[in-house]
Amino acid sequence: MKIGVMVKNVPDTESKIKLSADRKSIEMQGVKFVMNTYDEFAVEEALQLKEKLGADTTVTVFSLGPERLVETLRTALAMGADAAVHLTDPAFEGGDSIANAKVLAKAAEAEGFDLILGGKQGIDFDSAQTLSAVAEFLGMGQAQVVTDIEVGGDNTSLKVRRRIEGGDEIVDVTLPAIISCEKGLNEPRYASLPGIMKAKKKEIKKLGLSELGLSADEVGAAGSGTQVVGYSPLKERPPVKMLEGGPAEQAKELVRLLREEAKVL
Amino acid sequence: MRRFDGFDYMDIDAQLSEDERLVRDSVRSFVEEMVLPEIHLHYDRGTFPKDLIEPLSKLGVFGATINEYGCAGVNNVSYGLMMQELERGDSGVRSFASVQSALVMYPIYAFGSTEQKDKWIPAMAKAEAIGCFGLTEPDYGSNPEGMITTAVEDGNEYVINGAKMWITNGSMADVAVVWAKLDGKIRGFIIEKDRPGFEAKEMSFKLSLRASDTSELIFSDCRIPKDNILPESGGLKSPLMCLSQARYGIAWGAVGAGMACLHEAIEYSKERIQFDRPIGAFQLTQHKLADMATELTAAQLMALRLGRLKDEGKVDFAQISMAKRNNVRKALEIARTARTVLGANGVTGEYHAMRHMCNLESVDTYEGTYEIHTLIIGHKLTGLEAYT
Ligand SMILES: Cc1cc2nc3c(=O)[nH]c(=O)nc-3n(C[C@H](O)[C@H](O)[C@H](O)COP(=O)(O)OP(=O)(O)OC[C@H]3O[C@@H](n4cnc5c(N)ncnc54)[C@H](O)[C@@H]3O)c2cc1C
Repeated sequence: MKIGVMVKNVPDTESKIKLSADRKSIEMQGVKFVMNTYDEFAVEEALQLKEKLGADTTVTVFSLGPERLVETLRTALAMGADAAVHLTDPAFEGGDSIANAKVLAKAAEAEGFDLILGGKQGIDFDSAQTLSAVAEFLGMGQAQVVTDIEVGGDNTSLKVRRRIEGGDEIVDVTLPAIISCEKGLNEPRYASLPGIMKAKKKEIKKLGLSELGLSADEVGAAGSGTQVVGYSPLKERPPVKMLEGGPAEQAKELVRLLREEAKVL
Repeated sequence: MRRFDGFDYMDIDAQLSEDERLVRDSVRSFVEEMVLPEIHLHYDRGTFPKDLIEPLSKLGVFGATINEYGCAGVNNVSYGLMMQELERGDSGVRSFASVQSALVMYPIYAFGSTEQKDKWIPAMAKAEAIGCFGLTEPDYGSNPEGMITTAVEDGNEYVINGAKMWITNGSMADVAVVWAKLDGKIRGFIIEKDRPGFEAKEMSFKLSLRASDTSELIFSDCRIPKDNILPESGGLKSPLMCLSQARYGIAWGAVGAGMACLHEAIEYSKERIQFDRPIGAFQLTQHKLADMATELTAAQLMALRLGRLKDEGKVDFAQISMAKRNNVRKALEIARTARTVLGANGVTGEYHAMRHMCNLESVDTYEGTYEIHTLIIGHKLTGLEAYT
């Protein structure tokens, strides 16, 4: 089985996010990037499938974006992926989910995957669109927010469990297909030291516009139907106020504050 | 409280290669998720977290610098970073890894026969065998040359008699590398735990390094096959070569313990309000933090330079002594100061500082005491020996 895994990197959750002066972009300087949490489940699942299905199963990770992605691809290689593809080209910059999906789909098509895995969403922009769009471009079936994957006996189908409101939905999926992974699917492994040393020797293939046979106007900002016009941070929450005195006094003070300060009564 | 993310005032990260950073980050996540949630409970009960042994072997921690037998073959800087992260968790966990790698796998790898290496190195990498290192004796600590444990040839066997004390992993170990005098000369021996006449007893009532097994080894007419001698070992130099390996890792480990304490102190000082202000807004607190951060940064830079020298094959043991002596003592001072920043909370096991502080008392003593390293540096500077 040929498995592809789509990964991206996102700011570490401890990073302080700063906006540019014009509030149209996010300052990337000094931000630490790590593999998107849900993508870790996807990489782990691919590796577990490889362990289960045997040596002729291969795992290729691919990712679209700037140079800093290399470290994330290297992490996936160190976890045990066989190959990595880095989709990079100045023309890809500023793409929305759909424009990015076009590039990813093109790259995936060339590889001829039986199964494509990815995270259920990026924890940075939360649009949860890319994988669905890739499935559409490739005309593949898809199952989203999956917490369990079982391969059918003949390796041509999957039985997956999807988390839905109030329970699980069990779905048969015919391969080739795209699956988006949810927390609970597995426990991602740590990149081991021998794995890191082996990953050093694996090549990360770089593909740009011309290698993929795409034109500049269908990708990046030019190929996007949506455009971010600005960001606005949430208002900072005011500090907690502790009320003094006995229960009766506190209740009285609370009502007064709700009426006079918060003006909600 | 902000999650721990290292401490890097001088952008030392930029001096590390991609794989060195990956090693560090992987071990860091491991420690965050696997070590920290329970380590204070082990510390409290005085038990080593045995359930970490297998996951640590999967991570490839044991014998990580060896480039065969399925070991990772990382460079010395990566090894150091790994030790830094482990000790950021707890000195006991780092000690376990140090002993297994630097004090047992290393001597077997450096002084062992092909058969010994084939048998032990892969098994120890996978933690199917756990090792300990017996050099110190009840009456010979800083002066191991005086040791009285002996090996006597008897037909196809050696007969070992004597006792070793303060032996990390001693009771858990499947195999001990023991140093004993054969015809007056110090040699290394591989002694499996089931050899008759070999007994290990865990030492009780330790107030430091509590999440670590420290034991006494007793040999009374313990017979081992002649094949169990480390053929290439000879003289005090052999165990000292092992100690150089381990001390190198400790120089980095201390940085990790210091980082944990400084991080905790900074975060606490921003949140704890007294006199209507965060205590971090007081000049006295800032003075403490500034001193801690400066010493820690100096220690980091010394460890990194030492690692680069070691990777170039140019390091000498007296340089390792300087880094071990300085970094451990500074980490100890950082831990003590961090403890004061935390006030009463600092004396509880809910916070890390005091656990590190107590641990570092052992680290300051073992692998050559602070004083002995002072004498090694003094010897190097003046050419004059002051040991006796
Ligand atoms: C938790 C723990 C784990 C350990 N694990 C191991 C292990 O796995 N294997 C092992 O072999 N050993 C181990 N040790 C032993 C450790 O290496 C020794 O404790 C250390 O070498 C010091 O020896 P000592 O305790 O006998 O102190 P001593 O040598 O008696 O020293 C006592 C004091 O006198 C000072 N002193 C001694 N000689 C001089 C001198 N010439 N000039 C100035 N001052 C001097 C020392 O610096 C020290 O302050 C461990 C120790 C501890 C605490």
